[in-house]
Amino acid sequence: MRHLLREAFNRMRSFFRNDSLDRELKQEMASHLEMAAEENVTRGMSVEEARRRAVMRFGGVQQSLELHRESRGLPWLDVLMQDLRFTFRTLKRDYGFTTAAVLILALGIAANITVFSVVNTILLRPLPFPDSQQLVRIVEKDPKAGESSKTYTADATQDFQQQNHSFQSVSGYFAFTGPDNFKLIGNSQPIPVTGMLVAEDFFQTLGVEPSLGRLFKSQEFVKHAQPVALLTYPFWKRQFAGDPSIVGRAIDLSNTSVTVIGVLPNTFDFGSVFSPGAKVDLFTPYIMDDFREDGNDLALVGRLKKGVTLAQAQSEADQIFPQLLFEHKHPEFKPGYTGQLTILKDYVSGKLRRSLIVLWCAVGLILLIVCVNLSNLLLARLAARSKEFGMRSALGARRGRIVRQLLTESIVLAAAGAGLGLGVAWFTIRYLAHQGSIALPLLSMVRVDGTVLGWTLLIAAGAAVLFGLAPGLRMSGSNLQQLLKDGGGHGASEGRKHGRLRSMLVVTEMALACVLLVGAGLLLRSFLRVLDVDLGFEPSHAAAISVDFDNREKAATRAAKWQEIVERTSAIPGVETVGITDNLPMSRNRSWGIAAKGKQKNSPQDFVPVFVYIVSPGYLKAMGMRLRQGRDINWHDLADNRNVVIINETVARRLWPGQSPIGRTAIAGGAEDQVIGVIADVRESSAEDNAGAQMYLPATKQFGPEGEYLVLRSKAPLTALARSVMITLRRINPGQPATELKPIQALVDHATSPRRFFVLLVGIFAALGLLLASLGIYGVISYSVTRQRPEIGVRMALGATETRVQLDVIRSTMRLALIGASIGVVASLAVSRLIASLLFRTAPTDPLTFIGMIVLLGAVALLAGYLPARKASKIDPMIALRSN
Amino acid sequence: MVQSKLDLLQGTLDVMVLQTLEVLGPLHGYGIARRIEQVSGNEVLLNQGTIYASLVRLQQRGWIAAKWGISDNNRKAKFYSITKTGKKQLAQDTAYWQRLSGVMGRVLAMHGEGGEQ
Repeated sequence: MRHLLREAFNRMRSFFRNDSLDRELKQEMASHLEMAAEENVTRGMSVEEARRRAVMRFGGVQQSLELHRESRGLPWLDVLMQDLRFTFRTLKRDYGFTTAAVLILALGIAANITVFSVVNTILLRPLPFPDSQQLVRIVEKDPKAGESSKTYTADATQDFQQQNHSFQSVSGYFAFTGPDNFKLIGNSQPIPVTGMLVAEDFFQTLGVEPSLGRLFKSQEFVKHAQPVALLTYPFWKRQFAGDPSIVGRAIDLSNTSVTVIGVLPNTFDFGSVFSPGAKVDLFTPYIMDDFREDGNDLALVGRLKKGVTLAQAQSEADQIFPQLLFEHKHPEFKPGYTGQLTILKDYVSGKLRRSLIVLWCAVGLILLIVCVNLSNLLLARLAARSKEFGMRSALGARRGRIVRQLLTESIVLAAAGAGLGLGVAWFTIRYLAHQGSIALPLLSMVRVDGTVLGWTLLIAAGAAVLFGLAPGLRMSGSNLQQLLKDGGGHGASEGRKHGRLRSMLVVTEMALACVLLVGAGLLLRSFLRVLDVDLGFEPSHAAAISVDFDNREKAATRAAKWQEIVERTSAIPGVETVGITDNLPMSRNRSWGIAAKGKQKNSPQDFVPVFVYIVSPGYLKAMGMRLRQGRDINWHDLADNRNVVIINETVARRLWPGQSPIGRTAIAGGAEDQVIGVIADVRESSAEDNAGAQMYLPATKQFGPEGEYLVLRSKAPLTALARSVMITLRRINPGQPATELKPIQALVDHATSPRRFFVLLVGIFAALGLLLASLGIYGVISYSVTRQRPEIGVRMALGATETRVQLDVIRSTMRLALIGASIGVVASLAVSRLIASLLFRTAPTDPLTFIGMIVLLGAVALLAGYLPARKASKIDPMIALRSN
Repeated sequence: MVQSKLDLLQGTLDVMVLQTLEVLGPLHGYGIARRIEQVSGNEVLLNQGTIYASLVRLQQRGWIAAKWGISDNNRKAKFYSITKTGKKQLAQDTAYWQRLSGVMGRVLAMHGEGGEQ
C-alpha cells in the first residue's frame, strides 16, 4: 500500500522534473553503451562492430526513453500536454478560424450566462432573506383589483395579527408612498427623498438586521412618539458620505426633526422585492393610530411559524379574513375581506416565470445554433486537414488519438469562448443590475456568483462535446488512408457525404433560426400592439414634477396655492396647459367606492371600486385626457367646496347604463357628488390591463390630496422647461425641494419596461441566430463552390453562361433555406402556442409575422448565397481546369 | 533464433533485478543487464534498454536506491542497491514465484499424463 502512494507521489514529482530526468537517463544510457562497446572490443571486435552490436543489444534508445518516461511519470498527462501544445499551435496557425470560432462561442455563451444570471436571481435563487420560504405575501383574492384592494386597514391588520395562529409575525408597509414624498432640509436647498412607512416588526419579519444602529422599537409605533428613521445603505452613502456618526443624530425631514437610529444593510433593497424600479431612501414607523380612518393602505407580509404549511395558514386565513372589521369604530361595516396567501418569492417572480423560461429557451436555441455553426466550421476545417490526419495515421497515430486530438481542440475553443463570454457577460450583468428603469424585481441583485460560474462550465463543456461530436464521429468513421490518397476531401463519394452532413447542419441552423425569428416576431408585434394601445392620455410633450406637499394644509389655503402655482407656471413661455393631481396614472393608485345615489340608503353591494384622483382644474387637459361629456373642474369648485365628480366611461356604463350621467348624484368618498363630466377611459396600471373605473374629484375640504404633482404640457425642451419651472416653484415656495421634472412618457416606459426588456433580448437573440445561420449557409455554399471549381469550369467551357452558374448556386442555397424554413415553421407553430400567454392582441399563428419572418429568412439566405454565386460565375474555365 | 527466446512476463524483470542486486550488491544498469543475460543463459529476450524502465519503477517504489559513482574501468555510472523494503519485497516475490512455478509444474505434468490415455 505504502509503495503505491510513494510511487504516485514520485510519478507526480517526475512529471515536473522531466527534463533533468531525461538528461540523467541519457547520460546513463551513454555510459551503458560505452561499457558494452568496450567489452565487445576486449572480445576482439573492431571498434565499429563493437559499437553496432552494443546498440543492437540495447534496443532503441528513443524507445527506452519513452518507456522510462511512461514508467516514471504521468503518461496520460504527457499526452494531454502534447495534445494541448499541438492544439495551440494549429489554432494559432489558423488564426482566422480560431478568431471566428471563439467570437461566435463567446457571443453565444455570454448571452447564456447573462440570461441565466437573471433567471437565477429572479427564479432560482431564494429571496435575500433568512428562511425566505417562510415569508408570505397576503393580498385580496380578486387579482383584478387595484392597489387599494391588495391592502388592509390598520384595524383589520391588527385583528389579523392577534387572531391568527399560523404566523410568527405579520407586518406590512404603507402601499401608497409616492416617490419624493419627503424633503430633507439641510444647510443648502431641500432635497427630495422617498420615505417608506413600515409597520411594527417589518424588518424583524423579513429577518433584516441593521448594519449600523438598531431597528424600530415598539414605543416608536405609538402616537406622538419621538420621530425616528432608518436609512437605506445607498442613501446613507450618497447623502451622508457613509458617516457612521449619523446614527443618533437628528435630521430635518419635511420640517420635522427625525432621529436617525440606524442604517440598513447594503443587501436589503426594498424596491427590488416589493416595488420593482422604485428607490427608497429611508424608513419611518407606520403608526397605526394615525391611519385608523384612512382605509386600506397596508400591504401585508408575514412569516409562517415553523412547521406550518401554506395550506394550513390559508385555511385559517379563509376563516379569519371575512370576519375582519374595516374599522373598529364602525363594527357594522364588514368589507368582506379575503386573504390570498402566496409565498413571497412566488408573489415577486411568479408573473415573470413564463417570460423568463421563454428567454432561457431562446438563449438555449442560440447556443444550439452556435454549436451547429461551429460544428460546420470544424467540418470544413476537417476536410482541409484530411491530409494532415492521413499523414499522422500513416505515421502510426491510432484513430482514438486523432479523435482525442479533435476533442481537445473543441475543448480549448470552448474554454476560450467561455472565458471571453464570461467577461462580456460580466459587463452586461453589471449594466443590467444598474438599470433602475427596468421594472423587473430583484434585477439590482443580478450578479455573477458560484451558480453562474458552474452553469458557464456546464454549457461550455456541453457545447464542446456537442460541436466536437460531428467532426469526431466523422473522423472515427472515415478511412484515414483513403483521406491521404484523396488529398483533401476532393474524392467524389467522401466529399459528397461530407457535403450532405454539412447541409443537414445548415438546415438545422435555419430551422432553429426560424423558430427564434418567429418567436421574436410575435413578441415584437405584441409589443407594438401594446405601444399602440389608446392610453386615454397623451404621454408625449407632458411632464410632471412633485411639488412640496403638506397634508395638514387647510383646503382654502391649498386652493389658493394651487391656483397660484397653476397660473404662474402656465405663464412660462412654451407651456400650453398645467394641472395638479395627487396621483399619476401608471404609478401608484388607490381606490374608493362609487355608487349611484338610489332612493334608499345604498348598500355596500352598490359600490363599484374606483380609482380616485384628487385634481385641479386643467389637469385632464394637461394629461391629454379626453372629456366626452360635460365640463372640467374649475377654480370655483375648489374655492366653494363644491362636491363635484368627473367619472370615466366605465363608471358611467356601470352606474347609469344607457343614460347620460351628467347632473346625476353619485355617492363617493363619503359625500354626495354631482357628476359634471365623463372622460374617455384611461389605462391605469399598465397599457396591457383593461382600463378600470376611475373618478376625478376637486381638492376640497372633503377630499384631501395625498401628494401634489404638477403636470405641464409643453413642446419646450425638458431641461430648459425644468429650470424655469423650478425657478417659478421656488419663487412661490422657497422650501420647494429640488425634485425632478420627469416626462410622463417615462411612466409609460416604466410600465412597459419588462415587455420591452424581453422583446429586446429575444430580438437580439433572433438577430444573432439569423446572422449565425446565414454565416453557416454562406460557409457551406462557398465551400461547395470551391470544391466544384473544376466542374463549374467544365460547364462554363461547354457554354454555360454566368447567369446560369449563378442561378444554380443560388438555387442550391435556397433549397437548403427552404427546407430549413419549412421545418422551422412547423416547429414555430408548436412553440408559438407555448408563448401564447405572453402575447398581447396577437394570435400565436399571426400570418403576418410568419410570412414576414420567412421572407426575412429567405432574403438573408439569398444574400448569403449570392456572394458565393458571384464568385462561382467569375471562375475562369481555363484556370479552373488547369489547376486541377 | 530470436523468436525462441522467452518473452518476459509483466513484473518478472523487476524480480530479476531485485534478486541480482540482492546477491551481487551495488551494480550499474549495464552490469545488471549483463548479469541477467548470463544467468539466464541467453534464454531471456531482453532489450537491455528496457532495464531502465524497471529500475526507475523500483526506485520510485522505494525498493532500490541509486547513486552516481565510478565503475571499474573509470567510467561515471549510476549504481543501484537494494533497500530494506526492497529485500522484504523480494522475499515476498520469491515465495510467490516459487509457489506459482510449483503449481504450474504440477498442472502441466498432469496434462502430460492425460495426453497418453
